[in-house]
Amino acid sequence: MAVVLKLEHISKIYGDLKALDDINLEVQEGEWLSIMGPSGSGKSTMMNIIGCMDTPSMGKVLLEGQDLSALTGAELTSIRRDKIGLIFQQFHLVNYLTALENVMLAQYYHSLPDEQEALEALKQVGLEKRASHLPSQLSGGEQQRVCIARALINYPRVILADEPTGNLDENNEKLVIELFKRMHEEGRTVIVVTHDPEVAEHSQRTVIIDHGRLSKTVHNT
Amino acid sequence: MNKQLFFLRMLLSSLLRRRSRLLVALLAVGLGATLLSGLVTLYKDVPRQLGREFRSYGANLVITSDSTHPLTVALAEQAAALVPQDKLIGHSSCRYENIRINELPFMASGCELEQLRKTAPYWQVDGQWPQAGEVLLGQQVAASLGAFAGDVLELALTARGAQEPRTFKVAGLLKTGSAEEKFVYLPLSELLSLTSDERVDITEFSIQAGEQELGTLAQTMRESTGQHVRLVRRVTHSEVTVLSKLKALVYIVTVVVLVLTMVCVATTMVAVVAERRREIGLRKALGASDRGIFAEFMGESVLLGLGGGVLGAVLGYLFADAVSEQVFGRPVQVNVWLSLVTVLLSIVVTALSCVVPVKSASRVDPAQVLRGE
Repeated sequence: MAVVLKLEHISKIYGDLKALDDINLEVQEGEWLSIMGPSGSGKSTMMNIIGCMDTPSMGKVLLEGQDLSALTGAELTSIRRDKIGLIFQQFHLVNYLTALENVMLAQYYHSLPDEQEALEALKQVGLEKRASHLPSQLSGGEQQRVCIARALINYPRVILADEPTGNLDENNEKLVIELFKRMHEEGRTVIVVTHDPEVAEHSQRTVIIDHGRLSKTVHNT
Repeated sequence: MNKQLFFLRMLLSSLLRRRSRLLVALLAVGLGATLLSGLVTLYKDVPRQLGREFRSYGANLVITSDSTHPLTVALAEQAAALVPQDKLIGHSSCRYENIRINELPFMASGCELEQLRKTAPYWQVDGQWPQAGEVLLGQQVAASLGAFAGDVLELALTARGAQEPRTFKVAGLLKTGSAEEKFVYLPLSELLSLTSDERVDITEFSIQAGEQELGTLAQTMRESTGQHVRLVRRVTHSEVTVLSKLKALVYIVTVVVLVLTMVCVATTMVAVVAERRREIGLRKALGASDRGIFAEFMGESVLLGLGGGVLGAVLGYLFADAVSEQVFGRPVQVNVWLSLVTVLLSIVVTALSCVVPVKSASRVDPAQVLRGE
């Protein structure tokens, strides 16, 4: 298996605070990795760096061998658009666009909007009949599934999810985990940042961060 | 679906599905455009309207007879043909002769009375305006003669002593409060039948035009007829003074309203953009460039400006029309160019008002706003 993502001696420093301290991590293609840790441990900082929304103070981030550490904001935007699919805890759908249009929005920034393809992505998450609904007309679980369809639509190299079940009830949590399982079975690389050990135990590997350092790696069976 | 089509779909969705926000912004733009359009319509139309009002002060251009080239009705008509018909309120030729009534001397004025009613609308006639065989007596003449409307008088030209006097009926008495009350008025054709020639002494024009345009017309008439043509300075100068002061006042108000509109629209747009910071952050996280974000918001502001501008052009016209009807009792003219300028200006003002807030919002850090910071 090829290495898709590699973090080499990554540190992120805010004034006197070291949010990340000399992190080394490799993610294989098709791997499902969970990142766990208590609040303030540096999970979000790590997610921002992997998701090209921030750059490290020290060290290198290599995505498919390309060093992201020295890229400009515009170049990082381009990497984010082409190679990363983002899933958020709070869904972050555009509230005046329908479910279908929210999926097409990712296509619009990536290449060309294709209504049929976007509809197919919604079908994959079981929402083809809710395509014309606005986010306010969807439940939390449905919104998260739209968010997943949006993340998948451009066939990103890495799917990065920040607490994807954090705002969901038990039933919807199960539905979302099933979708992650399916993504993994399809060979996609999935990185999930979570508090929830039940979510993490579905992944192949869990890394635990504490005070900005990788404290433990667990290989789930 | 191509990108442009989806771009338009997004803009329309943003405007149509965020109706309450749209309404606030549209109201700000539309109200500004209404005031601007209305005020500029009045600014443009007030001279026309007031020009008509000023015409009630009497003639503003006169042609007088030259001893070598006598003025005739035909020459006066030739001069009238040079005036654009939509600006000519009226023109009246008059001939003055010394007359005797009941052996008392007076000055008679034979005039085109139908036209005179247009050029001197301030004349007050107690009784009727004279027809053939009738005269209108100035108040002072009537007092001298002890005459009233309905009386019959014998009138003869002084210069033709041997001429038999003719009988005229007094149709009415004239009150103007000035020198006109010393005259006896009768139809021009009646007086010319007594003098047996076609000469007239003066032709008065009431023309709806500014001083400069009148000057040009006077010059053209001079060249065409060879007569003395002059402006009635007292009237034209007052008109120019009042109009220029009024225009300056409307101009200042218009500029103040324009500035206030820009401030109002800018404030509204700042609020609209600020509440969409999270959406901007999301779009950036999905891969939108700063330029892309800027283009999307500017697209929205252009549509908003277009909507507000059209609304403002229509309401502005209605506002100006209502003011004009109230003040002058006449409607304003529809000005297509002004409507187009209103719409364009609304688009420009709205777009300009968006530049600073959108530029600043497009620099947001997506990681920060998506975390809710």
